[in-house]
Amino acid sequence: MITEQVRTDRAAFGELLSLPVAALIIAIGVAEILATSDAVMTFHAGVLILAAGAAGLWLLMRRMGGKAGEHEAGYNHAVVRAGVIASMFWGLAGFLVGDVIAWQLAYPVLNFDLPWTNFGRLRPLHTSAVIFAFGGNVLIATSFFAVQRTCRTRLAGHMAPWFVFWGYQLFIVLAATGYVLGVTQSKEYAEPEWYVDLWLTVVWVVYLLVFLCTLFKRKEPHIYVANWFFLAFIVTVAMLHLINNVTIPVSWTGTKSYIYWSGVQDAMTQWWYGHNAVGFFLTAGFLGIMYYFVPKRVERPVYSYRLSIVHFWALIFTYIWAGPHHLFYTALPDWAQTLGMTFSIILWMPSWGGMINGLMTLSGAWDKLRTDPVVRMLVVSVAFYGMSTFEGPLMSIKAVNSLSHYTDWTIGHVHSGALGWVGFVSFGALYCLTPWLWQRARLYSLRLVEWHFWISTLGILLYITAMWVSGILQGLMWRAYDSLGFLEYSFIETVEAMHPFYIIRAIGGGLFVIGSLIMAYNLWRTARGDEAVETIQHPESASAAALAKLPAE
Amino acid sequence: MSVWEKHKIFETKSMVLLIGTLITVSIGGMVEIMPLYYLDTTIEKVEGVRPYSPLELAGRNIYIREGCYNCHSQMIRSLRDEVERYGPYSLAAESMYDHPFQWGSKRTGPDLARVGGKYSDDWHVAHMIDPRDIVPGSVMPGYPFLMKTPAWSGNIADDMRANRMAGVPYTDAMIATAETDLQAQANPDSDGAEAVAERYPKAVVRDFDGDPEMVSEMDALIAYLQMLGTLVDFSVYDAAGSNLR
Repeated sequence: MITEQVRTDRAAFGELLSLPVAALIIAIGVAEILATSDAVMTFHAGVLILAAGAAGLWLLMRRMGGKAGEHEAGYNHAVVRAGVIASMFWGLAGFLVGDVIAWQLAYPVLNFDLPWTNFGRLRPLHTSAVIFAFGGNVLIATSFFAVQRTCRTRLAGHMAPWFVFWGYQLFIVLAATGYVLGVTQSKEYAEPEWYVDLWLTVVWVVYLLVFLCTLFKRKEPHIYVANWFFLAFIVTVAMLHLINNVTIPVSWTGTKSYIYWSGVQDAMTQWWYGHNAVGFFLTAGFLGIMYYFVPKRVERPVYSYRLSIVHFWALIFTYIWAGPHHLFYTALPDWAQTLGMTFSIILWMPSWGGMINGLMTLSGAWDKLRTDPVVRMLVVSVAFYGMSTFEGPLMSIKAVNSLSHYTDWTIGHVHSGALGWVGFVSFGALYCLTPWLWQRARLYSLRLVEWHFWISTLGILLYITAMWVSGILQGLMWRAYDSLGFLEYSFIETVEAMHPFYIIRAIGGGLFVIGSLIMAYNLWRTARGDEAVETIQHPESASAAALAKLPAE
Repeated sequence: MSVWEKHKIFETKSMVLLIGTLITVSIGGMVEIMPLYYLDTTIEKVEGVRPYSPLELAGRNIYIREGCYNCHSQMIRSLRDEVERYGPYSLAAESMYDHPFQWGSKRTGPDLARVGGKYSDDWHVAHMIDPRDIVPGSVMPGYPFLMKTPAWSGNIADDMRANRMAGVPYTDAMIATAETDLQAQANPDSDGAEAVAERYPKAVVRDFDGDPEMVSEMDALIAYLQMLGTLVDFSVYDAAGSNLR
């Protein structure tokens, strides 16, 4: 049995060791600034120096104040709280940029024809902000929370979880400012350049180690199913990231690099990565959230344990094959396309297995759908998951894809998954976490959760229906022939036909932003400890008081 | 012992779970990606495909920097309407020197795989400065700032060396003359102009942006656009025959 004193001494030693690491990072930054003639590299090296300097200063101040190695007893909730705040912040930023670029497509004058405000640079800013900044922070926060609880042990490491959190924020800042300043690899969802990729690799390895070491020292004999999904998400994203980003920097002092892969091989590698960014970042990770938060919130066990086992292995095996459905009828060899289509259709089954397992967890507690809007949010997210994992295999049929590919149908499909599934399951988790982490009896207001739910749902419906119509319409116009056998529409006529749908889509996105603003307000008031006077009965399930009693060790 | 009992090892040993997961997620990628590197049929043998000239490479990097791939594909699918609208379907060989590929995934604007030679330089300049001046219904952003910046600030030869490390067959001579080639391709009256066309067959040598004072980013980008899809001669290309590279 390790005493508290030993634990504090170890932590203090870890803090001491971190000081030369911070100094080394500062030295690398200074060397870059001295050697480079690339303005963006200078700026990014400056950001690196500031971040490492701030971390070093903070550690020094603790040491001088005699606080080195001090930490709260029990579970590490502080880093999860930070994750919740960061999720909300990046979520708002990412949704807002998304709506801005939606309006740009409706009214191109909003591009202002400046390098930093044009659609081409802002679109990666939007996708990375919502996937990696919002989604990534939600995943780090929820996985750090769930793994401690389900292993009944404090999160491994004293500095390491904080390094993961702040290191990841630094990655986001470097990537996002890089896009706006024109630094990109142009690989979708893998746009950050080589040095940002390297930094992410370091952060991700520490993330994996924190997660694994927490599993190692668990007090439960059994690894809970949510942790399988979190682990698969972490380790597979590491594999995808490393292989897709093999790159040759022009020089160590410049931002530019050239991807090692080329042409058709690069296309296959990219969409193997791209589709599994969906499969493991946006699906496996968030299924981990589903498997922890849905049973917790409705106070029922997972519907079928055996189904979770089948779900897990079938999902992670099948997803990896689905990449070629992004490349139908292209110069990718036919055999690879056929494999991609086959496995994409098979993927429907494990996906729906997971959906059934999530939904049926409500068995005996369906009334909570009516009484608890947070449960409703979680359940609707699983329903959206079911819908988009049906639509996905449908669009992976080559004949359907020949119509849908290159059109807005794909954009609509992605957003039914991203807004409906990833967004709502995250919101549900954040609504659960905030009272638990800030030790409040309940959320500030369930009425505001109701408002958030209905405004956002309406927004999503406007978004995806507009994209269905515009996508299918444009796909049909591209292939329309007149009675003389000529193509009926010029390209620009098909662009002009999109205009009303782009407006509807932007309005839908705006509603989603408004919903998340309501949520941010609600969570802020909850953290402050306020309670609104309202008529809705708060459910007693999984209240903070009950959870707070569990000691970590 | 039932299969569910046997599964317990994954539920109780985290390293077994980790390794089992890694093996399970490795299989699909290995089967789908690795054969593309050794199957001869992956990239057809075609005459005409060559590495980008320095100015085209600079233009391509601007295309990437501005995120053009977000709205323009460079991959004509083997579908009747696409071939009629854009030209012969794209061959794998045509992007074999592309690091990274620019096939794209969305056509908010039209496909650009064969845009080379389709419009005049003047059209491109005017369209890039204000797209709606030329195409009223367009939703493309304007890029007037490309006229004001020199095509390349660093040494383009370094970029060609990095490409060569990735497998693009740039010769020592090409790298040695990179800087002069870059300038010469946009200055048709200069001494090096003829050599550019020799080193890079079918390279268009013109003052693309109409401003002889400076080789601008606009020059580079249009040089790139004007060569897209022009390298393979489809009047002699035979999909079933031997088109020796």
